[in-house]
Amino acid sequence: MSGRYASVRPRAPRAAFGAILRNEARLVWRQPAGAISAIGFSVLILVILGELPVFGKPSSQLSGLTPFQIYIPILISFSIGVLALVYLPGPLVSYRELGILRRLSVTPVPASWVLAAQLTVQACLMLIATAIILVTSIAFFGQHAPGNPGGFLLALVLSIAALFAIGLWIAAVTRTSGAVRGISAVILYPLLFFSGLYYPVQLMPSVMLDISHFTPLGAVVQATVYPMFGEFPPTSPLLVLAAYALVFGFLARRFFRWE
Amino acid sequence: MSSPGPAVEVTHLRKSYGSLLAVDDVSFSVAPGEIFGVLGSNGAGKTTTVECVIGLREPDSGTIRLLGLDPRADRKQVHEILGVQLQESAFQAKLRVGEILDMYRTFYRGPADTGQLAEALGLAGKRRDYYRSLSGGQRQRLSVALALIGRPRIAVLDEMTAGLDPQGRRDAWRLVDQVRDRGTTVMLVTHFMEEAERLCDRVALIDAGRIVALDTPAGLVARAKGGKTVRFLPSGPFDEALLTGLAEVTRVERDGRYVVVTGTGELVNAVVLALHEAGVDARDVRLDEASLEDAFVRLTAEHEHDQGGRS
Repeated sequence: MSGRYASVRPRAPRAAFGAILRNEARLVWRQPAGAISAIGFSVLILVILGELPVFGKPSSQLSGLTPFQIYIPILISFSIGVLALVYLPGPLVSYRELGILRRLSVTPVPASWVLAAQLTVQACLMLIATAIILVTSIAFFGQHAPGNPGGFLLALVLSIAALFAIGLWIAAVTRTSGAVRGISAVILYPLLFFSGLYYPVQLMPSVMLDISHFTPLGAVVQATVYPMFGEFPPTSPLLVLAAYALVFGFLARRFFRWE
Repeated sequence: MSSPGPAVEVTHLRKSYGSLLAVDDVSFSVAPGEIFGVLGSNGAGKTTTVECVIGLREPDSGTIRLLGLDPRADRKQVHEILGVQLQESAFQAKLRVGEILDMYRTFYRGPADTGQLAEALGLAGKRRDYYRSLSGGQRQRLSVALALIGRPRIAVLDEMTAGLDPQGRRDAWRLVDQVRDRGTTVMLVTHFMEEAERLCDRVALIDAGRIVALDTPAGLVARAKGGKTVRFLPSGPFDEALLTGLAEVTRVERDGRYVVVTGTGELVNAVVLALHEAGVDARDVRLDEASLEDAFVRLTAEHEHDQGGRS
């Protein structure tokens, strides 16, 4: 139809994304449970383990690394996992439940901008958590910066993408805020087990290690531990992470509902 | 702007959910600058109609044009000129009123002044308050503010005054009047008769998914009750033909010693004058004007009857 306005192809003002992002960041600041568990909890565990002498002894089962060193990537994977699987889908599902996304969909701004703002805020928290874990281990426990920074960054980006895809898939298939808490927990805790958070998988029977390599957080640990000690990440965890990102990204896109 | 078309044009709109026909062949058109009411009881199909108009739902059939634009195919352009207040929309509990207003303000080119808008809706003192601390009425005011913050050419307000106290209602009405005076077309969904009578230029009465009447509020009232009723006590006997012959009179009835005359226009003057010329005085004169509420009940009841008891 040719109205007076049909010839104009308006775009939502760019400033709108900044305003949405600012408000999402304020919400994270005012409801800091996610930041506290991702950053506070992992740094606390890191410090406790660093103070235990037994965690400082190199082990042949850990290819000569100390248990403390193996816990650095494990705690990074914990931070990424808890933010992506609990604190990303939580707000998105409640925004849908409250009609926030629906209300946005009748403004010039696409509702997907809120999702993008959430991803941005959570990714920042993940990077902050990773940086604080690394800096703490370097400053107080004699560790070194990642020996292969390029490989470490690549592993980190793929890890975040894979876990975001799973988190978005949770947001896509869950209807209520109550359900999202339950589903997130059911998914997160076994994944944390296979990441080695409770007990290093490297010290478990080898079949557990094999399974771990195919779980998202296990793959995060395996992809990040090599570049920390100077090597490029092995191909298999990178492929596993890329596969999670693609498959769950596709499923999330396929099933996500804005209202 | 030589020959402005309608601001909103709906033709043969039909929408069903499964076997439930929510909107059944609805057509209407709203002129630019008009305040158009959509009136009906709960579940009549008002909200579905409105959701189709603003592009939130896809009609099964029929066409909708907002200033010539299709709300779904041209959604981007439509969202630039449309302000919406939805039922049951909420915002993040831990955002402040001012933060929500400022955010929505960035969505539009040439937005309204948030300070003035907050002032007009009695939210000026609440800008630092968290959304979750607002009362139901204050949330509603915020929702109205957000509908108008983009200076829309068309504003669609769904139960704008639901949950507002009388003061809040008057504030909202005054604001809608002001907004219209600046040229905005307003579509107002309500089941609140006083609101429709007070604000609307025309009202579409919707029942069971159909428009049963479309007229000015006064026109609807006249149509439903055949107009007004004058009731009086004559000082002496007179010939009823004296009154039935008048253009204003549609019916003359006796109620004991009283005479009840139904009609339109300047009914009292016409009746009293005619009697006076015949040497009869009309005493104890009382004029009953039907309210929109009477019209509503009457017209929807007639419609139910026409439908053969379909519910």
